Amino acid sequence: MPVAKSLKVIGRRSINAVWRIGYASRFFVMTLFYSGTSFRRFRLTVKEMFSSGVMSLIIILVSGMFVGMVLGLQGYETLKRYGSESALGSLVALSLVRELGPVLAALLFASRAGSAMTAEIGLMKATEQIAAMEMMAVNPIARVVAPRFWAGVISMPLLAALFSAMGVFGGYVVGVVIIGVDEGSFWSQMQASVDFQHDVLNGVIKSFVFGLAVTAIALFEGYDAPPTAEGVSGATTRTVVQSSLAILMLDFILTAFMFQGA
Amino acid sequence: MSAPLVEVRDVNFAYDSRPILKGINMSFPKGKLIAIMGGSGCGKTTLFRLIGGAIKPTRGEIRIDGQDMHELDQQGLYDMRRKMGVLFQFGALFTDMSVFDNVAFQMREHTDLPEEVIRDLVMMKLHAVGLRGTHDLMPAELSGGMARRVALARTVALDPMLILYDEPFAGLDPISLTVVGQLIRKLNDALGATSVIVTHDVQESLKIVDYIYFIADGVIVAEGTPDEISASDKPFVHQFVHGEMDGPVPFHYPGGDYRKDLGVPA
Repeated sequence: MPVAKSLKVIGRRSINAVWRIGYASRFFVMTLFYSGTSFRRFRLTVKEMFSSGVMSLIIILVSGMFVGMVLGLQGYETLKRYGSESALGSLVALSLVRELGPVLAALLFASRAGSAMTAEIGLMKATEQIAAMEMMAVNPIARVVAPRFWAGVISMPLLAALFSAMGVFGGYVVGVVIIGVDEGSFWSQMQASVDFQHDVLNGVIKSFVFGLAVTAIALFEGYDAPPTAEGVSGATTRTVVQSSLAILMLDFILTAFMFQGA
Repeated sequence: MSAPLVEVRDVNFAYDSRPILKGINMSFPKGKLIAIMGGSGCGKTTLFRLIGGAIKPTRGEIRIDGQDMHELDQQGLYDMRRKMGVLFQFGALFTDMSVFDNVAFQMREHTDLPEEVIRDLVMMKLHAVGLRGTHDLMPAELSGGMARRVALARTVALDPMLILYDEPFAGLDPISLTVVGQLIRKLNDALGATSVIVTHDVQESLKIVDYIYFIADGVIVAEGTPDEISASDKPFVHQFVHGEMDGPVPFHYPGGDYRKDLGVPA
């Protein structure tokens, strides 16, 4: 009965998927519920901000710089066709602040910090550190998960802002210093076209949402990882894949809401 | 005999429909060192997790200091666990913390003691296991035996009334094994605690414990003092204590006809 067998497999997988969504939701609610420790003992969160945020600075800054340089180069080539080279500053800044800054910084954050969070918590589980904490009457969600969650949520907008700032600088180096676009028009066009609330604030909201999604996925995958080498490696891969897809999907939804009719 | 600190009454446990423990009854008197022994997969680790409150029995009850562990809510369970210490198989030290911070962990989490007092207490605990000089090291810099001793210092950090040891001798060299065994005995006596060791290391356990329970296939097949166990003529106990290859625990996993598997005609 191959049909019955296939239906059975589909049914089992569907039940597992629903169960996992439920478990992940419960995990997320528990993380929020036990977040008090993260703020009462803020140094725990600061320590995790160092691991996930400060340690991601190099990749964020270097990538931001190169993305800005490419934008400067490509933007100049396109704008030159319409005689609008002076708008290069606007193009670079708007592209970065609205889209590329939050999205690329979040993708890099997921690969660098998200995967590290998953691997760390997965290995803590595999080596019974989580169980040991539980047996010491210390709630691992409050002590291990919540500080990492808030560290990621706080770090992400800051990293996205730095990514955009470095990108603007990269665009300036290529456009103004190397190609020779007028410096005054580069900055003044940028200042005139970038609106704080409409562009900058929406970019910050995006990066905040991405930070929330990436960190929640990374922590859940780590906590739920089977306690084996294969289990942890699979969880790390899932974190990067799911986070990347979540970032791109959320970006579309947020962009549709934020910039419709703009 | 003193009053029991832990009572295991008619405990049954099953994973799905597969029974692991069947009607276990045990009693651990205060101040004693008890060993739960048996082969791999006999259910002793399940019993360990039941006593620690990590899982619930399908039937029966486990009372610690008069309280049924599985009727406690999460706060009650945590309050009970503050009076317990657990040593995991490979120590389970927090790898992102130094030896000092590992031992200080529970003191910082559960007490408001000033840092100077915590420092003195940590040094005393580390001194008791002979590793005061390692307080600045990270767990990755310790040998297996040293890590187990640091974990032991962390386990007794808050002077627990009940200490649970999960395979404390696994993977240790003969010197470390003796050191850890002696430390378990000395710390139990010095703290006036009750200790439960889940292990399959017969020889080391016979030297240090007060009473032994043997489990096989989810039931208690033998119990007694180390002398009684050593002298036991029960086939299972005899095979286990003397490490015999074949006996009630067969060498061969059940399988089909050997000649048939080799393709030899009957």
